[in-house]
Formats: sequence, C-alpha cells, structure tokens
Amino acid sequence: MDYENILSKKVQSLQFSGIRKFFDIATSYDDVISLSVGEPDFKTPWEIRKEAIRVLEKGKTTYTANSGLAALREAVSDYLNSTVGVRYDPLHEVIVTVGGSEAIDLAVRAVVDNGDEVLIPQPSFVCYSPIVSLASGTPVIIETKAEDNFKLTPEALKAHITPKTKALVLPYPNNPTGAVMRKDDLEKIARVLKGTDILVITDEIYSELTYGDAPHCSIASLDGMRERTILINGFSKAFSMTGWRLGIVAAPAPIISQMLKIHQYAIMCSPTVSQYAAVTALTSCKKDVEYMRNEYNMRRRLIVNGFNEMGLDCFEPQGAFYIFPSIKKTGLSSKEFCERLIEAHRVAVVPGDAFGDCGEGYIRVSYAYSLSHINTALERIKLFLKELGV
Amino acid sequence: MTKKEQLVELLRQDARLSNEKLAVMLGVTEAEVASMIDELEAAGMIIGYTAIINEEEFDKNSVSAFIEVRVSPEVKCGYDDVAAVIAQYKEVNSVYLMSGGYDLAVTIKGTNLRDIAFFVSDKLAPLSGVLSTTTHFILHRYKEKDKMFIKDSDERSLVSP
Repeated sequence: MDYENILSKKVQSLQFSGIRKFFDIATSYDDVISLSVGEPDFKTPWEIRKEAIRVLEKGKTTYTANSGLAALREAVSDYLNSTVGVRYDPLHEVIVTVGGSEAIDLAVRAVVDNGDEVLIPQPSFVCYSPIVSLASGTPVIIETKAEDNFKLTPEALKAHITPKTKALVLPYPNNPTGAVMRKDDLEKIARVLKGTDILVITDEIYSELTYGDAPHCSIASLDGMRERTILINGFSKAFSMTGWRLGIVAAPAPIISQMLKIHQYAIMCSPTVSQYAAVTALTSCKKDVEYMRNEYNMRRRLIVNGFNEMGLDCFEPQGAFYIFPSIKKTGLSSKEFCERLIEAHRVAVVPGDAFGDCGEGYIRVSYAYSLSHINTALERIKLFLKELGV
Repeated sequence: MTKKEQLVELLRQDARLSNEKLAVMLGVTEAEVASMIDELEAAGMIIGYTAIINEEEFDKNSVSAFIEVRVSPEVKCGYDDVAAVIAQYKEVNSVYLMSGGYDLAVTIKGTNLRDIAFFVSDKLAPLSGVLSTTTHFILHRYKEKDKMFIKDSDERSLVSP
C-alpha cells in the first residue's frame, strides 16, 4: 500500500521529538549513566499506592463522570485555592485529564481555529508546537534568552502579537531551562494581555518544584487574569506519579464546557484507580511533596555548582529538576557534544535543540537522580571536558 | 527545616559527603558546615560516623542475634548498671531499654553460632540482675539505618521528555 499517499499529510509532516531520536542513540550503548530523564526518581508515596490497592480490592473499576470523580475535583479546587489562591468551581470549572499533556491538547483544540496563532516561548517542552499544528493552528515561537534567565519578557511578547494571535502558552517552571516566572515577571505579561482577547494556557506542572523564598505564583491569580487563563497542572511531578497519567485543568466555565466535549469523545474519563489515589495525594501527602522538593533543591545546588566549577556557564534554575548549561565554549554543537559524551564516557544528557532551535548551544541535564549517581556523572563529564581541552 | 536539620538529614544519608559538597547543597559556607558539625558533635547529638556493612556479603559465616533480656532493676540506678555492663562487650552492637514484655533488647554479632551461644550462657545469663533471656537469630536483613539491602532498580527509560 502507498501509505505515504494514504496517511494524513498533516501528521506525516510532524517530526519525532529530538528527545526520542536521542533516546535511540543512548540505548545503543551499555553501562550508560543517564542524566536525561524527565521524571522523578522517587517512588509514588506509599499512602497513594496503598489507596490504589484499596480501591482495586473494593472493585472500584467503573468509569467516573467525564470531568472526573466529584471528590477529586473538590480536592483539586481546594488545592488550587490553597496553593495559588484561585478558586475554581469543582462542578463547572475543573476537568481531570490523562496527564498534563491531554490538558494541553484539550486547551489548544478548544481555542484554535484554522490559521490561528499560538505563541510558544522556547526552549520548552516538545509537545506544544505539534499540538497546535494538529489543531490547524500556527505555532509562533518566541525565543527566550539566557541573559533574561530564559524568562518571557513583555517586549518579546508584544513583538509577536498579531491580529491572529489566539493564545499564549506559558510553560513555567520551565522544562528544560528550569526558569520560573516570579510574580513581578508575570505582572508585566499580564499588563500586555489585559484588554486583549488573547488567552493564556499556563502549564504549571512543575509548580511544586519551585525553589527560593517565594512560592510558585500563577498568572491566574493576578488581577483580571482568571477570566483569560486556562490553568494546567498535574500529579506526575509533584507527587511522583508519572505512570498514573493524571493531570488537571481549571478555567472559567465557558472554556471548560467546550474542552469537556473533546475530553468526553476522545477519552471518556481518566483512569478511575488513579483518580481515587490522587484524592489521597492532594489531601494527605503535603509532607512527601515538601521532602522531595527539599531533596531536589540540595541536588540542584550541587549540580549547578559542579557545572560552574567545570567552566560550563549555568544560570541558576529556580524550578523543575533540570539545569541548562551552555556548552558553547566547547565549540561543539549540542548534538555533537551529547553524542561524543555518551560515546566517550557513557553519560547521557539531552541536546538543548530538542526543545527548540534556540536551545542550540545548551544541554539539558536532569537532577532527578540520587546524589551518588549525580556525583559519578559529574566526574565523568569533568573528564570529558578535560579531554576536549576546555 | 533549619540548615542544621538539613545537614543532619544529609549526613544520615551519606556521612562521607565532604564539607565542601555539604556547603554547596545547603547554600552555606564550608566554615559554617564545619562549625555546625562541631556543635553537633560537642553537644553529643552526633556521636560517631560508621559504615553500614552488609554482613551477609562481607562475612558469610557471621551470625547475628536479637536477645530479649528480663532484668530486675537495682534500687538506686534502675536498669542503667546492667545495661552498661552488657553494652561494654564488644560483640554487642546495640542495647535498648524497652517497654512491654521484657526490659532490654540486645543485638549481637558473632563469627558463628557457638559464639552467640557462649555469650548468652557464659556472659549474659549469669550477670547479676538478669532474670531470663530469649535469643532470636537474624535470618536475613532487609533494611538497616535507612538503607535498603534489597536492590531497587531504576525502571525509568534512559531518556524521557
């Protein structure tokens, strides 16, 4: 069969993510020490796992309401109110999704018509642009810069707004750079958007992993922004629940009701066992989250210091569990650097350009690993740089 | 958590971390780490640093036991005197005063079964104040001092988004 002719041109034109390509290279070697995963190394807290076992034993295996278990939506509403200070009606303003990824897809599909433009700051997670393309929208990339600590600036935002702009994706705390947008940074963005019809899709999946004195701030909490914001979060990173596939989206009722139609036809409802377990996560695992954040924070300091000592400039990330050091002084491209590092010393890190062209010259290094693992990898990278004569 | 509590937590995980690394992780200076450790040691809050040995691997013949000891307390010093005598034997790893059905819990390591039998019959049981002993042999170790003996593999894929 002539598949090329038969299959969707739109889908065929999509590229596999650069991460996926690098995965294929990394798995071709043995004994690789990896610093390239995007998921926590902690097991899901036992209380959560125990609750899942309990509901399985009780046979709670039916569908739930499309938007999710009522108890979970209520817990989500309370959680958002207490963490970011925004109240959402659990009945009409919350959907429990299959991971943050589905929430992003729903948001984009509910907002975008043919040719509408969606602003996407990069470097950022790999899914935004393909999802916009699949929805027949046009992704418009805004490059963020190391000298701005990879934050989105109001100037860059303004420069990319056109009459066709429908939405802005706000991916902070950021994967891969670890950048965060603090309250004053968000206020500048809010000032540009207020008075327009541009919606904000704020992907706050790493919100619990914010370091420093001020806690995470959501743009939805700023004056006049709730009505124009689709807030996305989830359980994967905060509660170490990646495999449970559970995300949340909260937004004003008119937006949620459109998103719910897509969710209802494409997904029906999120996994039931995961949803019950997630109630436990939100109601009784605050200490676990705090413990994990504290552990990540200490590793973050260790690894940033390690790279700066090696002479690879690394701005201090304030969120997530990645650092994004510059490798420009090695004279290698991101891809060359990563391929040679894995070939010579069996350490896997992800080339920065996997997260957008402007990630060229950087590498993403994850610190979701034990201290001893991080220390061993740092020693090997140090050796590699020495061999390169850096 | 205070910096001091965080420091203790890190040392609990790995007491071999250098002051330099500890300082970086805690966001304080090396001198501050050194002085916090000095204080903890001086105050008797840190009483030593030791390796956790997997005895089953290190010396396959070694035997460990957990002994329940019932004691008749002395009028003046309660259980402390008997406990101190038991604790001074170098084959004894730990001594605790317990609530419940017996008084002292003693763990002991010997090079073989006879060692332990000898310790109980010739050293422990005849001690004045010791009323009775019950010896339980340790068959297998799963976790000690927060460290798992069970190997936990990293099931995450090598590279992920």
